[in-house]
Amino acid sequence: MFTAIIAITVMALIFGLLLGFASIRFKVEGDPIADQIDKILPQTQCGQCSFAGCRPYAEAIAAGEADINRCPPGGEATIQALAELLEVEPKPLDEACGVEKPKTLAVIDEDRCIGCTLCIQACPVDAILGSAKHMHTVIASECTGCELCLPPCPVDCIDMVETKQNPNTWRWPDPDHVDIQLGDRS
Amino acid sequence: MSTVAGSFPGGLVLNGHKKRSTETPIRKTPLSKKLILPLQQHIGAESIPIVSVGDKVLKGQKIAKADGHVSVYLHAPSSGTISAIDEQPIPHPSGLSALCITIETDGLDTWIEHHPIADYTQLSEHDIRQHVREAGIVGLGGAGFPSFIKLNPGVHHHVETLIINGVECEPYITCDDMLMRERADGILDGIEIINFALRVKHCVIAIEDNKPKAISTMELALAARPELIDTTIMAVPTRYPAGSEKQLIQVVTGKQVPSHGLPIDIGIVCHNVGTAYAIGRAIKHGEPLISRIVTVTGTDVKHAGNFETLFGTPMHELLAFCETTREPNAPFILGGPMMGYNLSGDNLPVTKTANCILVGVDAAAPAEKPLPCIRCGECATACPASLLPQQLYWYARDKDLEKTRQYNLFDCIECGCCSYVCPSKIPLVHYFRFAKTETMNQQLEAAKSDQARIRHENRLARQELEQQEKEERQRQRKLALAASQAAKQKQEQAAQSPSDGSES
Ligand code: SF4
Ligand code: SF4
Ligand code: SF4
Ligand code: SF4
Ligand code: SF4
Repeated sequence: MFTAIIAITVMALIFGLLLGFASIRFKVEGDPIADQIDKILPQTQCGQCSFAGCRPYAEAIAAGEADINRCPPGGEATIQALAELLEVEPKPLDEACGVEKPKTLAVIDEDRCIGCTLCIQACPVDAILGSAKHMHTVIASECTGCELCLPPCPVDCIDMVETKQNPNTWRWPDPDHVDIQLGDRS
Repeated sequence: MSTVAGSFPGGLVLNGHKKRSTETPIRKTPLSKKLILPLQQHIGAESIPIVSVGDKVLKGQKIAKADGHVSVYLHAPSSGTISAIDEQPIPHPSGLSALCITIETDGLDTWIEHHPIADYTQLSEHDIRQHVREAGIVGLGGAGFPSFIKLNPGVHHHVETLIINGVECEPYITCDDMLMRERADGILDGIEIINFALRVKHCVIAIEDNKPKAISTMELALAARPELIDTTIMAVPTRYPAGSEKQLIQVVTGKQVPSHGLPIDIGIVCHNVGTAYAIGRAIKHGEPLISRIVTVTGTDVKHAGNFETLFGTPMHELLAFCETTREPNAPFILGGPMMGYNLSGDNLPVTKTANCILVGVDAAAPAEKPLPCIRCGECATACPASLLPQQLYWYARDKDLEKTRQYNLFDCIECGCCSYVCPSKIPLVHYFRFAKTETMNQQLEAAKSDQARIRHENRLARQELEQQEKEERQRQRKLALAASQAAKQKQEQAAQSPSDGSES
């Protein structure tokens, strides 16, 4: 089992290095509170909070101009974390922004795609590959499920599918909520 | 025979239940009509299929290649036709499915041409690692970490001691014991190669002292090998979990692997006896890893024993071969009673890490509803990793993952000693597994959202650059336009006053 941990640690390290490097390169002039808030936001970049992405929303919260309950992708957990950070009372998600949904992923029906590139222009994280008049594909590992590519598509060939759990992202159930059965290796 | 240098804290003396499955020699499980091979049977990235449905394959032929560094190759365990590459239920505690290659066997079991290496000393260390990787070898003791990585100490380390783990401390499991009794020479072949690849100073083969037959057979085989002069056998006291890597290192060398550290940090590498055997087969005989020895035992098994089984064999066929009284789809335990987990599903395939199947064995942790913790401290006394299970339990219950990390949750080897001794019957390990997977998931999510942030920032930066370039182009165009207009005006002026036109 600890080899699994090693693998994860190595991965975390690589990500860490990458991020360290990135944070040096892309450091926006620092507002530490906004940074901390941005760190909590899910980075879906969907704009449902009515801001042009997570960072602007973070800045608005930091400036006291926006409430903490406007991020549907983050849902309950994000509101909780923001409330803790800012030492305010958590409140339910603002329904006007949207509802918390299971995580999804965009999939392009490649037979129907006409290669108009409109979705590429809409995708906030450059998760779509393709060139004019050729079919387009979503890079599954990069897609945040923001749905911003759906409205511009003229032939409606993009579908949102629920991301499936796989054995590597599966979690042992919380024993508080399961009856331990005979033979269950707890 | 060398003597033990230390011990580990806590641990348990358990009833071994090993007799029944060691009374008959290793038998071969009959060839199944269908072999189901999950693409991930190891720690690391899923292998990538290199065959298509309908392809004919031979026994030992590569059917999937490694993806990236922490990954290995996968081979056809028998000859036949690829009948599917799709999601199938895999033997995993989640009960989920994953991508598998299915082979319809032709019953001929025809080998692909393979290339034994007569003299491994002619190979470079790098070549040996490459062979081991291409042979699909992973740690057969349980975890399934790609073995070739542990044949590479890295430039900054050198290996003082190689420990070959033949401890097999968990009750019921006897596959390593039987391997040592019957194939000692094959194991030594592998040890020679590992010694050579790692340039090891000395090697210790550690075997629990409840396996006298394995110890004597290995001693005898070792005595006949002058090449292995620096290899000794050590009988380690029978106490669970002596076979766990860090605990074994403490017993064999008296040294402690630092928290968050690796054995190599203190000059030690461990390989399981089964892994050593597989490495020997791969180099000396050119055979990739396509089968393993699986212990099948328990009160509901008529012919308990050890079975050399091709990977992909549906478990129910193996169980039928042993004549279990199990009902179809009834649960069984994969692994031992302490660290294994419950599975059900008849078509789950035998994989590289499947060391034992228990049918009709009650798990070590009893069934009653847990009572509140009485802070007796029994769990801390039993913990071989010197953790404070009751504290960890407290924080795991509270979902205070940060705190569980501070209390070294990730040093927990999930041995189950704490749950076993707890008078309140609290399923402690269950909480720790939950907290670990939860933490790993959160880290993964965090890494993913950090990545999305970077990609978004990159995009914004690129858009800004494009905007600037556009403005720059517009400015240039305006300038050019202004210049050409000025020139035109000048010309017109010149045309209007032809008297002094010759001057320019
Ligand atoms: S709603 Fe949430 S995820 Fe979407 S842009 Fe706003 S902060 Fe980001
Ligand atoms: S592919 Fe579509 S859903 Fe996915 S991140 Fe891009 S715009 Fe959002
Ligand atoms: S917007 Fe729709 S049609 Fe256009 S490239 Fe994207 S997927 Fe294809
Ligand atoms: S053994 Fe059980 S009851 Fe005793 S301290 Fe540990 S968790 Fe509490
Ligand atoms: S399961 Fe973890 S906490 Fe419990 S005894 Fe084993 S190492 Fe210690």
